[in-house]
Amino acid sequence: MRFSIYRYNPDIDAEPRMQDYDIALEPTDRMLLDALVRIKEHDDTLSLRRSCREGVCGSDAMNINGRNGLACITKLADVKEPVVIRPLPGLPVIRDLIVDMSQFFKQYHSIKPYLQNDTPEPEKERLQSPADREELNGLYECILCACCSTACPSFWWNPDKFVGPAGLLQAYRFIADTRDEATNERLDNLEDPYRLFRCHSIMNCVDVCPKGLNPTRAIGKIKEMMVKRTV
Amino acid sequence: MVNRTIVGAHYGLRDWLYQRITAVIMVVYVAGFFVLLCNGPKLDFATWRMMFTPQWMKYATLLFLFSLYLHAWIGVRDIVMDYVKHAGVRLALYAVFVIALLLYAAWSVRILWGI
Repeated sequence: MRFSIYRYNPDIDAEPRMQDYDIALEPTDRMLLDALVRIKEHDDTLSLRRSCREGVCGSDAMNINGRNGLACITKLADVKEPVVIRPLPGLPVIRDLIVDMSQFFKQYHSIKPYLQNDTPEPEKERLQSPADREELNGLYECILCACCSTACPSFWWNPDKFVGPAGLLQAYRFIADTRDEATNERLDNLEDPYRLFRCHSIMNCVDVCPKGLNPTRAIGKIKEMMVKRTV
Repeated sequence: MVNRTIVGAHYGLRDWLYQRITAVIMVVYVAGFFVLLCNGPKLDFATWRMMFTPQWMKYATLLFLFSLYLHAWIGVRDIVMDYVKHAGVRLALYAVFVIALLLYAAWSVRILWGI
């Protein structure tokens, strides 16, 4: 199977290049990650992140034939040859397919991704009604792979100011949580032309999310809450 | 001044709402305008001029144009925010656009009531 893979080692290369590989796969190689590991057997200089190999850790996010996705859950049967693989767009490349995710996680941390509740803790746990818990479905499943944020032009132009779809999905995850008491502060923190309103609902995030989540809907709900709070 | 990323202007919701409301106004006006156009007599200069003679049409058109300018201001500012990184240049461009749109608004009134 033929691959064209982005190669860049800043210590050696003056600029990035695409390297072609023609690799004989084994019958057990079903997913793109299997093929990349097979390529690494032949050329161990190729660098990429990977861990769980089943779409849970979010390490092997990359740009596959122009579309962000996880290599471990992308079927080889579904990709067109030659498979063009590049690092996630918009983030600084550390080496080959490995990108520097600092900016992404900085935005994630900026929305305070933890429950804030000052009332005394109950003996066992803070309970939720099944209906309240239902609201968190489609939010908590995010694995922070960065496929969505790095597919978002607003995040490309303003990664230092725009929270990005992943961060905003998580922001709504805590705004929607009935056990959290900082709703107002969270909305205050997001009411900003850059932090929230760079989103123009083009839905690239929804298109690429490997977990099938919908950050655009979450962002819409944040805006809806702001409107309710204001009018 | 140290070069730090500063965010937290605490506005944006109102503009976002205005953009949606003005969009609805424009859709309604354009749809109504086309209905009027299709049901009217043969389109020539006299018909066109007559369409804008009633006062209500002047006010409706003015509402449409003001909506357009407000909508355009928010849209253009969004584009500038994305692509112009220098704050001083950004402010200068905002000033240019605001002045231009205000002039357009004044001009619109002059045209509509000049008929």
